Amino acid sequence: MIGSASRQITELHSPRTWCGILAVLAAAAVVVPSLNAFTSPDSFLHVPDYVIPLLGKYLCYALVALAVDLIWGYTGILSLGHGVFFALGGYVMGMYLMLSIGGEGVYKSDLPDFMVFLDWKELPWYWRGFDHFAFALFMAPVIPGLLAFAFGFFAFRSRIKGVYFAIITQAMTYALMLLFFRNATGFGGNNGLTDFKRILGFSLQEPSTKRGLYIVTVLVLFCSYLLCRYIVKSKLGRVLTAIRDAEGRIMFCGYDPLNYKLFAWTLSAVLCGVAGALYVPQVGIINPSEMQPSSSIEMAIWVAVGGRGTLVGALAGAGIVNGAKSWFTVAMPDFWLYFLGFLFIGVTLFMPRGIVGLVGRLFRRGVS
Amino acid sequence: MTPSQANSAEIHSRSGGVDTTHNIILYVENVTVSFEGLKALDDLTLYVDDGELRCIIGPNGAGKTTLMDVITGKTRPDSGTVFLGQNLDLLQLTEYEITHAGVGRKFQKPTVFQGHTVFENLELALRADKTVWHTLTARMDAVQRETIESTLETIGLTDKMNSRAGLLSHGQKQWLEIGILLVQEPKLLLVDEPVAGMSHQETEHTAELLKSLAGRHSVVVVEHDMDFVRSIARKVTVLHEGRVLAEGNIDEVQNNPKVIEVYLGS
Repeated sequence: MIGSASRQITELHSPRTWCGILAVLAAAAVVVPSLNAFTSPDSFLHVPDYVIPLLGKYLCYALVALAVDLIWGYTGILSLGHGVFFALGGYVMGMYLMLSIGGEGVYKSDLPDFMVFLDWKELPWYWRGFDHFAFALFMAPVIPGLLAFAFGFFAFRSRIKGVYFAIITQAMTYALMLLFFRNATGFGGNNGLTDFKRILGFSLQEPSTKRGLYIVTVLVLFCSYLLCRYIVKSKLGRVLTAIRDAEGRIMFCGYDPLNYKLFAWTLSAVLCGVAGALYVPQVGIINPSEMQPSSSIEMAIWVAVGGRGTLVGALAGAGIVNGAKSWFTVAMPDFWLYFLGFLFIGVTLFMPRGIVGLVGRLFRRGVS
Repeated sequence: MTPSQANSAEIHSRSGGVDTTHNIILYVENVTVSFEGLKALDDLTLYVDDGELRCIIGPNGAGKTTLMDVITGKTRPDSGTVFLGQNLDLLQLTEYEITHAGVGRKFQKPTVFQGHTVFENLELALRADKTVWHTLTARMDAVQRETIESTLETIGLTDKMNSRAGLLSHGQKQWLEIGILLVQEPKLLLVDEPVAGMSHQETEHTAELLKSLAGRHSVVVVEHDMDFVRSIARKVTVLHEGRVLAEGNIDEVQNNPKVIEVYLGS
């Protein structure tokens, strides 16, 4: 059993590619944290403390991009609402972090500060249980998964496709954003959840906690990549691309596209929820702006830039676009959105297969 | 498992039991379909024998494609009944359940999975448990590989098995699509204008292919090309304005005065 499972995993890539992947994994999970922990701050090799959560944030985005690629790149369903699933996962983790502040908030109350501010006397029922880490960990993928399942079931059953589906997902993220903006909803209104102190008893200010969260993120991303790779290499992956290319024909081959779409869609939302849960303790805040329609559109752009239907392109796209964003918002904050717009248009016009397609073409030209 | 999956598994297990003791595979009885007052099918009754190769001809708008749509569940008739064998009421089933029950359809325009190889196209169509979980963990066994290889031989695409289907010629795509239907081991095969746009040679090859299928499968071919119909059919049904105008062998049909009138418009 274990033998066949490990064989199935090693079959996912050629031995040469595996060497590359493991080298990247080792660099990300071992070398980077070591350079942060064990070198002196003056050293040329030192990785400053602020870089670790920044990289962790990029990795969370990469996980989101992976999820978007699964549903868009492979199954052909463009979602412009994945920000919701990401934010919900984040809120779930944020609720745990809020409750673990205990009496150390500004008002020295057991209730989260924003509830004291609203003059609430006790926790709303839907906050119960979130003081347990295990419960929050369980709910972080489950809540976005349930929402996605319900939404997807009705949308796919009504055979809503293409641009109509994309628009409805935009409406969904907008509606949830408005809901979360309300103070009465009980998630901190427009300030969201913040001022976290500790996770599982470890202070979030400590560099060692940040390193720990970062390493966990690397490992989760690695496992999620393998899962996605396993799926797209399986017969199920071929059914998903067949749905993308000729849905009518796959139906006449005896597959019910509804179940397949629902599977890919829900799994994609679950991965986003996990990404959100990893994101919040590293970034220190979650608020409704994560549900802005534009954040979800940005997620689709990461994948388009990297190259759809390749997985590795999604990872690269998330890294490159967000790297550019970090640089732009410091150097030329006013120009970031223009740049993003031009990037999207440029990629659509000149690089339909994204960076991965471009690199592949250059590489083949170099060989021949 | 969703209810529809459970249902499909049930259909799947039942489909072996299509009852053809009266030697008839398809019963279409008193079927009427109207679109905004226009009757596409008008009280149509038609039977297809088990193992028969039947051609359906008729001028544009005679209701040929609508008939196919009704049999495959794409269009629901206003009245009438459609049975596969004596026991399977196709009007109660969804499109993909009908496929599970053993009705395969080849569309007019070739639709194959362009991005997949010829081999993968057939793999996807193989008769198997098609629930999500099973598909995720499925591994091909020797029997399935053999089915694919023998089908590749039947449709003459063995040497193309690793090419992407999008790169095939028009005729090759049509044969691949027939192959996609064959690996599903259908009881009844519906073929919509198989030789439209084919070269003379490709048409001949297609005729051979369809003739080789009769006996093992029941095949219904909708076609305009009379030469082609003459080369394959034993029995021809002529549709006109949603009704059966004539039925019989090709010579009887071609000499039928009503048919001549409809076709020549005199």
